Amino acid sequence: MRREHVVGPPTRHHPREARDYEPGRFLKEFPLHTVIREDGTADPDEVVLPDAEALRLYRWMVLNRALDERMITLQRQGRIGFYIGSIGEEATVLGTAAAMDERDWIYPCYREHGAALLRGMPLVTFVCDLFGNGGDAMKGRQMPCHEAWRPGRFTSISSPIATQVSQAMGGAWAAKLKGEEMVAITYFGEGATSAHDFHTGLNFAAVRKIPVVFVCRNNGWAISVPRERQTASETIAQKAIAYGMRGERVDGNDLLAVYAATRRARARAAAGEGPTLLECVTYRIEGHSTSDDPRAYRPAELVEPWKRKDPILRMRRYLSKRGALDEAQDAALRDEVREQIQQALKEAEAFPAKPPIETLFADVYEEPLWQQREQLAEIEAAVAADPRAANPRHSDA
Amino acid sequence: MPTMNIIQAVNDALRIEMRKDPDVVVLGEDVGKFGGVFRATQGLYDEFGADRVIDTPLAEGGIIGTAVGMALYGLKPVPEIQFADFIFPAFDQIVNEVAKYRYRSGGQYACPMVIRTPYGGGIKGGHYHSQSPEAMFIHTAGLKVVVPSNPYDAKGLLISAIRDPDPVLFFEPKRVYRAAKGDVPEGEYAEPLGKAKITRPGNQVTVMAWGSMWHEVDQAAREAAAEGYDCEVIDLRSLQPLDLETIVASVSKTGRAIVVHEAPRTCGFGAEIAALIQERCFLHLEAPVARVTGFDTPFPYTLENEYLPRAPRILKAIREVVAY
Ligand SMILES: Cc1ncc(C[n+]2csc(CCOP(=O)(O)OP(=O)(O)O)c2C)c(N)n1
Repeated sequence: MRREHVVGPPTRHHPREARDYEPGRFLKEFPLHTVIREDGTADPDEVVLPDAEALRLYRWMVLNRALDERMITLQRQGRIGFYIGSIGEEATVLGTAAAMDERDWIYPCYREHGAALLRGMPLVTFVCDLFGNGGDAMKGRQMPCHEAWRPGRFTSISSPIATQVSQAMGGAWAAKLKGEEMVAITYFGEGATSAHDFHTGLNFAAVRKIPVVFVCRNNGWAISVPRERQTASETIAQKAIAYGMRGERVDGNDLLAVYAATRRARARAAAGEGPTLLECVTYRIEGHSTSDDPRAYRPAELVEPWKRKDPILRMRRYLSKRGALDEAQDAALRDEVREQIQQALKEAEAFPAKPPIETLFADVYEEPLWQQREQLAEIEAAVAADPRAANPRHSDA
Repeated sequence: MPTMNIIQAVNDALRIEMRKDPDVVVLGEDVGKFGGVFRATQGLYDEFGADRVIDTPLAEGGIIGTAVGMALYGLKPVPEIQFADFIFPAFDQIVNEVAKYRYRSGGQYACPMVIRTPYGGGIKGGHYHSQSPEAMFIHTAGLKVVVPSNPYDAKGLLISAIRDPDPVLFFEPKRVYRAAKGDVPEGEYAEPLGKAKITRPGNQVTVMAWGSMWHEVDQAAREAAAEGYDCEVIDLRSLQPLDLETIVASVSKTGRAIVVHEAPRTCGFGAEIAALIQERCFLHLEAPVARVTGFDTPFPYTLENEYLPRAPRILKAIREVVAY
């Protein structure tokens, strides 16, 4: 067999081309865009938000943080089964979501409940989801932090990584086909960039110039695997090049930078210029979820420098430098937020602990099948005869 | 003899096989330094290094595709899929590649591997951390499917699976990962694939299960005994190959059969077992074969204890089948 004909014509020499990989090249090509410096000062030309709006988003970040802290405690107390927070990533979540229009759809990953709340999901509804109780909009079917909020165009969260990426592209494509102005935004971690839905989603979107903003929350870790073990790319943003779309890298702990970049990406998408891959560089301060203990794989020293880059701290410095927030106002705002969470918890506790058994069979199909009607009767009779039919055995882990 | 739980038994089996055979490699998400999200690979990274305990990027199709390439090249990969629910991105690789490689190459190639994955509910995991997809793989010719219920079997069956020339799906019952403890011999021993275990001899009705459901059946059989029923309990352990002989002998003796599984009922493996019993034991049957199963819905979060076949539902089936 003439092997060289299988692999292409033989070449005598391989000239070094500009395309050859040079370390550091993409860090330069995709500079990290920052607006608010760590000391809280900012270049006035870059400030895109009036102070009142910046203050409103600051409050959302504070609420998101306080909520995460409170719920992690609740999980530790065994009152909720699981929690997945966004501590340290608030600017990424809220800055991006706030920059989208109300008509735009959000295809979340699982750390974006801040965005659902921003879109109007009542805090008590979110808390009911965590309890999976009778007030849960998901009827106790999903784990905590797998919310959906249709009135806010916030789609339903799936655990399997990256499935939302191609779905967001599909949604935006549909809007385009219908001639409606809607730009989809979707979130995922850097781990998700290894999954096939990431590639499919970006590829389709670029080929068809679909109006979608792909937001990678690059928080450094996919459970125990550090970014360098997930991708050998220097940046996530540069991956955009391969698909033929625009990529941007932005300081994910800087609400104004994130907001500005998302606004730009949205404008381009709406103008028919296609998708953007936005890499928000941030850090996962806590464990991956409450089921995780990062001490097993991550030295604590790695986290310390990131605590100094805290997005809330930075925004607070910025606002106080501008005279938009003083210490007393800040303290009052924090109290208010804590009170709001306390109130939501109280309201949530008033609902029955479990949704009724028949909800187990509802919504699987539009109308239950005969098998399901039989099975409902079977489990209701079993529980009526012996409540242990619905109770775990003592040997359960 | 040391006492172990299922995680420790799995870990022990992997260590033994890795020490013995340098071709055995473990790969998957978080399996390295972290030791796996359930800690089944804990310590292996320290002993065998990053080239044999491999942290992969987050891509199940990629993990199995990698394992196929490794197996074709003579390694013995043991890929871990973090939760059985996340096996579906790799479904194509498993069903169309792993299962068919030997067949489609006329026997020139094969890709033996053991795909380990925790399965099942009862851990407050909602539908993405609780499914039991064994039937989907049993339906695919070319794959073996093994589901231990206790540490002794977990170790012995995993060792056999690693040495097996065919690809094996090894489903680990995560609900009892730590709760099911027992004596496990030190060093190597192999429990054969394709052999069921009668864990309770009896004459009135045969009750079959695998994995975590065996524990519910065992409980139900004890309660049934207190009511005067005499159950024979079979832990099937290996679903493909299936120990049909043990099932047929038992049902021919008792004349009654109940299959228990937590996967949804429709097209669950219980349907296949019921059909086999009908074909092979028809003239011995005193009652229709009963199924106690999960329901034809996605696995729920809050109502998971209603969903899972608990001992009272099994006990009720025992009473009804015996009274038929
Ligand atoms: C398909 C699939 N495989 C494995 C998992 C288990 N898992 C849950 S989160 C996670 C890591 C995700 O990392 P990344 O995408 O970087 O997001 P982050 O949690 O860091 O925000 C893994 C492996 C999953 N949910 N889905």
